[in-house]
Amino acid sequence: MYKRGLVQVWSLEQPEWHCRIDEGSAGLVASCWSPDGRHILNTTEFHLRITVWSLCTKSVSYIKYPKACQQGISFSRDGRYLALAERRDCKDYVSIFVCSDWQLLRHFDTDTQDLAGIEWAPNGCVLAVWDTCLEYKVLLYSLDGRQLAAYCAYEWSLGVKSVAWSPSSQFLAVGSYDGKVRILNHVTWKMLTEFAHPAAISDPRVVVYKEAEKSPRGALGRPACPSFRAAESKYEIAAVPVSLQTLKPAADRANPKIGVGLLAFSPDSYFLATRNDNVPNAVWVWDMQKLRLFVVLEQLGPVRSFQWDPQRPRLAICSGGSKVYLWSPAGCVSVQVPGEGDFQVLSLCWHVTGASLALLSKDHFCLCFLETEDEADGAIGQLGAHT
Amino acid sequence: MGDWMTVTDPGLSSESKNISQYTSETKMSPSSLYLQKVLCSSIPLSKNVHSFFSAFCTEENIEQSISYLDQELTTFGFPSLYEESKGKETKRELNIVAVLNCMNELLIRQRKNLLAQENVETQNLKLGSDMDHLQSCYAKLKEQLETSRREMIGLQERDRQLQCKNRNLHQLLKNEKDEVQKLQNIIASRATQYNHDMKRKEREYNKLKERLHQLVMNKKDKRIAMEVLNYVGRADGKRGSWRTDKSEARNEDEMYKILLNDYEYRQKQILMENAELKKVLQQMKKEMISLLSPQKQKPIEKADDSTGTGISDVEEDPGELSRESIWDLSCETVREQLTNSIRKQWRILKSHVEKLDNQVSKVHLEGFNDEDVISRQDHEEETEKLELEIQQCKEMIKTQQQLLQQQLATTCDDDTTSLLQDCYLLEEKERLKEEWSLFKEQKKNFEKERRSFTEAAIRLGLERKAFEEERASWLKQQFLNMTTFDHQNSENVRLFSAFSGSSDRDNLTVHSRPRQKPYRVSNGSPICTSKLTKSLPASPSTSDFCQTRSCVSEHSSISVLNMTPEETRPNQVGGECANQKWSVASRPASQDGCCSECSWTSTNSHVEKDGLP
Repeated sequence: MYKRGLVQVWSLEQPEWHCRIDEGSAGLVASCWSPDGRHILNTTEFHLRITVWSLCTKSVSYIKYPKACQQGISFSRDGRYLALAERRDCKDYVSIFVCSDWQLLRHFDTDTQDLAGIEWAPNGCVLAVWDTCLEYKVLLYSLDGRQLAAYCAYEWSLGVKSVAWSPSSQFLAVGSYDGKVRILNHVTWKMLTEFAHPAAISDPRVVVYKEAEKSPRGALGRPACPSFRAAESKYEIAAVPVSLQTLKPAADRANPKIGVGLLAFSPDSYFLATRNDNVPNAVWVWDMQKLRLFVVLEQLGPVRSFQWDPQRPRLAICSGGSKVYLWSPAGCVSVQVPGEGDFQVLSLCWHVTGASLALLSKDHFCLCFLETEDEADGAIGQLGAHT
Repeated sequence: MGDWMTVTDPGLSSESKNISQYTSETKMSPSSLYLQKVLCSSIPLSKNVHSFFSAFCTEENIEQSISYLDQELTTFGFPSLYEESKGKETKRELNIVAVLNCMNELLIRQRKNLLAQENVETQNLKLGSDMDHLQSCYAKLKEQLETSRREMIGLQERDRQLQCKNRNLHQLLKNEKDEVQKLQNIIASRATQYNHDMKRKEREYNKLKERLHQLVMNKKDKRIAMEVLNYVGRADGKRGSWRTDKSEARNEDEMYKILLNDYEYRQKQILMENAELKKVLQQMKKEMISLLSPQKQKPIEKADDSTGTGISDVEEDPGELSRESIWDLSCETVREQLTNSIRKQWRILKSHVEKLDNQVSKVHLEGFNDEDVISRQDHEEETEKLELEIQQCKEMIKTQQQLLQQQLATTCDDDTTSLLQDCYLLEEKERLKEEWSLFKEQKKNFEKERRSFTEAAIRLGLERKAFEEERASWLKQQFLNMTTFDHQNSENVRLFSAFSGSSDRDNLTVHSRPRQKPYRVSNGSPICTSKLTKSLPASPSTSDFCQTRSCVSEHSSISVLNMTPEETRPNQVGGECANQKWSVASRPASQDGCCSECSWTSTNSHVEKDGLP
């Protein structure tokens, strides 16, 4: 509850246990768990400080000068280290803390104008740091603070929009405002290849799935399904060449809708899913073994988010409608979220085991269970917590 | 002769004008007249021939014309027409010979002149045509020149335009580049300005933040608290403090450990990859060497050979195994060696493949030029031949099939069918018939022979009988003659009679048989013995008898060959019944046959037979 500066915590296993943290006048801008689940990091208003609350010992720690940027905090995958972007005296710094006792391990400055984000590699040894979108710069630091490499694709244009590590730490995918994703390899930190996102697809090896509405009309001319329920949809394979819907971005506004805004690697590093904000309805899936475009999924509405199943190469996509879309190399399916009313799936989140999926709308959430026969089942619940 | 004969010939009326033009002299001679005529000779002669020829010399002016002609001819170098004059005053006689000669000469000259004229005319024509031709060529060339000039001008114009365009584009490009540079400069300046502004603002912001922070910290708002239900508290109720000092070193260690682990892991991966790649390279190298080595035996190119052999020597060093282990190391020199050797091999392979390609292309070209034409012709001829053959064969097959079908299909006429049924085998059948007939004939012959043989045998038997009887009677007589002397040989008599009675036939047979090797002794002898045993006690013997007996024994020792199966059989049977053997070879014929006979007769000697199977 950001407005009130309150954080409420419940336990899943012990319903009686609960905790309440009040930041008071410091305000609350962001809050997140620590990877060991015993601490909560609250970012106060104006990014004055980060307060680390321990749930076990009720002890508090403060971290000064956190940077207010897109992705200023990054926990390493094994939960040992926390990388925090800081800015003092108009210079960017990165501090590495040991999560077990919140000790400062390393503190080094970065060669960036205005650090926009940091992310640990899954192996926990390399930290990727990228600069503001005004400048294309990706810096790679090792765990002990040495700079390993710097990568710059071009100058004088809007730069990096999104960054993603492959789960094997072999690739670093950098999506930029020019609509291309550049893949860097972990040995030389040089570009392996770049993926472009043109609106017209002409490669015959690419499979293009188009979402199409199945609108069965009754004999009397009225729609067979009641009007308050959205029509079913299915995927059709469109023949190449295909041209996708594009969006002309407003050039004079901030945060233009161009460039590769979403990037996600599949857990086995075989696929990379991207979304080019120019073509907001489409999800592009790239084959990382052959380094070429594999599948394009075009939805009826703009894609809001997608996430890979943590266990297998299965992608769940939501586009703000009441359906969730699943794609795997075997095929793709569109699933209607059951329930009365319009359930607008705004975001989704997989369970770690990959057996269930949480679909979130504004104030409801739905748990979707995936059975082994790939039947989707749903259970609707009230959104209880903001987190 | 001043007479001027105006010719009033109508054909020459046009000439008269000419003539009037040419006359300038008052004194007109036939020469002038003639000249004028000559000048006008271009006018077609056909009309004026007679008039022309008669115009010069008429009956009145013969002398004048002769003298004129003579004058003219002498000026031309001809001999005079007149005869040699003796005196000046005497009239000169016309020399006919000279006249004829002159005429001939004139004709010859005329001909020559005509020829020359013709030649000149033809040459004139030729030259005229040449001239025309040259003129046309000249005109054409002039045109071509014109057109090429125009083209050149056009091309020059285009070139100029393109160059203009090029220059323009270059200019545009330069402008664009300049603009880009300018914009970049602007951006850079703006960026610095922006950064500067940003820094300023940030400093302000930081200042404000600091103040706020201080305020917040100072405020010590009681509400900033954390409520945790059943938390693990400390013993003294205070909040636990962060342990920030002691575990620094430990954290550093851990961090470095993690980093090192990661590096080691990566190095392992890279080493594995390296090893695999090295293996692959070495395999490639080996395969390339093996590919190239059979080629090295043929000296394709010396240079390549030398390098190739050099490499092969290097590769096939005796320390191959040690090399293998060295390859596993990853030091610089080894790596370089491997890559260099691979590169060399690859270069050799490439050049080899290129050579092969060249050879193949050459062969293609040459083949197409010389040989392929011929071979194609041959090929075509052969294919034609083969096709003809095939046609013929097919036709034959068709006809055969038709015949066969007819053969199988026709069931109409019995006669024809019966006739046709065996038509394929007729020849064989006839042959068989012939052979059959031959065989039958032979059979008949054999039958005849057999019959004759049997008849002969019967006859012989009869004769033998008769002979035996004769002999017996003769011997009887002898004996009778002898019996007055002794009665000692009563046994012999008995023997004799027995012998004579019984074995006549056998002896006869023995006699009659030709002497041959003792092959089938059993045939005759057992019977003899059987007969002898039957009649032993009765027959006496004399010395002659012994002799005869010995002869007989000799004879009996003689085998009986070539007996017809009918005759041999009973003998054999008899022999088998008797079940006695007879050693013939071991029994010498002795004159002292009595004892032998006695022993022979008394003892059923177990005669062994030789050579019996």
